[in-house]
Amino acid sequence: MADYKVKFEVFEGPLDLLLYLIRKEEVDIYEVNLTRLATQFIEYIETMRVLDLEIAGEFLVMAATLMYIKSRELLPADQQVEVEGEEEGEDPRWELIRQLVEYKKFKDAAAQLQVLEAEQENVFPRRPGKPEFAPDTLPPRPEVSLFDLVNAVSVVLKRFARREEAREIFEDQWTVSEKIEQLMRLIAERAPLKFSELFEGMISRSEVVCTFLALLELIRLRQLVAFQKEAFGEIEIGRGPGAAATSAPGSVAPLTESALCPQSAVGNPKS
Amino acid sequence: MELKFILESLLFSAQKPLSVPELSGALAAAAEQEGADPGVKAFKKVRESDLTAALEQLAREHEEAKRSYRLVCVAGAWQFVTQPEFGPWLRALVGFKARPPRLSQPALETLAIIAYRQPVTRADMEQIRGVSVDGVMQTLLERGLVEQVGRAEVVGHPMTYGTTSLFLGYFGLRSLEDLPAADELRKMVVERSAAPVTADPGLATAPPEQLQPNAAGGVQPAETGDQRKEAAPT
Repeated sequence: MADYKVKFEVFEGPLDLLLYLIRKEEVDIYEVNLTRLATQFIEYIETMRVLDLEIAGEFLVMAATLMYIKSRELLPADQQVEVEGEEEGEDPRWELIRQLVEYKKFKDAAAQLQVLEAEQENVFPRRPGKPEFAPDTLPPRPEVSLFDLVNAVSVVLKRFARREEAREIFEDQWTVSEKIEQLMRLIAERAPLKFSELFEGMISRSEVVCTFLALLELIRLRQLVAFQKEAFGEIEIGRGPGAAATSAPGSVAPLTESALCPQSAVGNPKS
Repeated sequence: MELKFILESLLFSAQKPLSVPELSGALAAAAEQEGADPGVKAFKKVRESDLTAALEQLAREHEEAKRSYRLVCVAGAWQFVTQPEFGPWLRALVGFKARPPRLSQPALETLAIIAYRQPVTRADMEQIRGVSVDGVMQTLLERGLVEQVGRAEVVGHPMTYGTTSLFLGYFGLRSLEDLPAADELRKMVVERSAAPVTADPGLATAPPEQLQPNAAGGVQPAETGDQRKEAAPT
């Protein structure tokens, strides 16, 4: 429990706290009494310490600056030590006031930006619908040959090429019939689907192969159709002409009986 | 046909905000169409300054007509938008605008510094804010509101940052000139106060000579401070 510190975020930094204290005094920044401000600032830090709040280093630096200013006030100017290297004209009081005034201006500017931000949330642009006489999608090119599909799947399989060198023997967890059901569900939800999306998240070569065989089977059965919107574009998979008649997910089950046995297909990866 | 009404019709049906060069391109394309009418050809080459003037005129007319929408230029592109007071109804119709969450106070402060002072280094921002800006800069960069614009000609060549056009769009600003109180904040010089910056009776609080506007160096009579009549000779 002793290590638990609340991060003190009400005041973004020491300047923020100083501005707050000045505002409380209801005086102009230029006329503020810095010695009184120093006392209040340090009291505040003390409170934060008592409450066991985390005090950022910047606050302590500011407290030190204020203490320095306060200590200077106690000495007549002719008895003050000339700080080595400090240019004449640098007065820590002036430096602080200048910093406060500048910070205050940007804080005010930030408040104005905030107003604009809130206003923009309520401003809606005119967005006319697209004119109907300019169809932007060409009719899909329906023909995707078996070779196109094999080409596409070989690209997907390259993902696994390296891993296959050190071979692990594990049980095949996928069957073509399962993948047929999965594909039908996926297409029902998200058709048309990009070819690459079919294989998203797959972890092994045999899973890809099973899915691909399932895809071929469904295309053969005219449940799915593969097409390209443009030549050499990505192959997309949509619902085929045969799907309308058997759209209920349950009705695909009988098809799976004719599916190939997965083991025979993936048993020899070199083929 | 008046130029401003041609522009109005283009902006009315445009799919996206249009910049002056885009509008100029549309006018030229219309004039080059086969069998274009002389009235259309007349607007083949319109100076961009004339286009801007016509757009501003149009925007003023819409403003004066007090309609529920207005013509605005955001980040250099013109479009029709609704007036903010109709937000509640539009939200009901089209849903909340897809906007990232509002910016935090520190993020807004840092953004204001960058907007008015660009190009600006992180050290400059920290100097003004008095606290580190690393966290907020991360947010601002991720949201694409600011970007690196170069390197400062000082020791170590630190990166300098500036705002993006997304920034202008997010706040609905036409340009950086359109920022609130731009003139004042962009080249702000803090005026030195003529009055003593501290005055605590009982303490020797004579203002140092450099705080007095007419300080000529050397011996300077103190204006306040009872215990001392003359400032220390330097």
